Amino acid sequence: MNDFRSRVEGERAYLVRYASLQLRDSHAAEDAVQETLVAALAGEASFGGRSNLRTWLTGILKHKIVDAIRRMSREAPAATEEDFEALFDERGHWIDPPAAWAEPDAALEQKAFFAALEMCLQRLPEKTSQAFLMREHLGLETDEICKELAVTPTHCWVLLYRARMALRECLNKEWFGK
Amino acid sequence: MILSCKEVTRLVSQGMDRRLPFGRRVSLRVHFAICEGCTNFSKQMGLLRKSLARLADQPPRS
Repeated sequence: MNDFRSRVEGERAYLVRYASLQLRDSHAAEDAVQETLVAALAGEASFGGRSNLRTWLTGILKHKIVDAIRRMSREAPAATEEDFEALFDERGHWIDPPAAWAEPDAALEQKAFFAALEMCLQRLPEKTSQAFLMREHLGLETDEICKELAVTPTHCWVLLYRARMALRECLNKEWFGK
Repeated sequence: MILSCKEVTRLVSQGMDRRLPFGRRVSLRVHFAICEGCTNFSKQMGLLRKSLARLADQPPRS
């Protein structure tokens, strides 16, 4: 095995982890990584040692993930919808105003916090989670997300809003409320 | 323009994805000055973004 090949292989576990966060289906994640590694080995010349290998591979993987999402959203049924009206009274004020989270920065140093976050992500409806992760994990702009998920811009904003509201409530309950 | 807390949550979320018009940003600041719940909400949105940015760097759970 030449040096480039073994370095690329060495990033496989990271890439699988990266893809698995966005694609819930572990087979789809493995496939996306496999396609990435094949493309990377074929494109060794275009890497040319210019940038960080992991960054370069992650860039290829993002495209493969978006392809996989596009395939899946053609097949998957529409997500169920959830509303947050119940959090507010008829004048739009909080019924139970959010309290400050204690030691938020300390949470970011704890493995268990990220386990709770992943669990909360799993609970989101599929399309909501896809939109949110495309935004926050892949770092795509909303117009790209709308296009890839084939939803209107308004629906796109709604999906992102729902994801944030649901994750806030879930983390509040599962982590900061304890 | 006076915003309700519900409207504030929508604007805070939108503000994470695009730059809000000047008037909206001013309305948000005015609201935050008098509303602790929405101020906390906004900080929590910031932490959510920060935590997602770090999620991929966590070692996989066994």
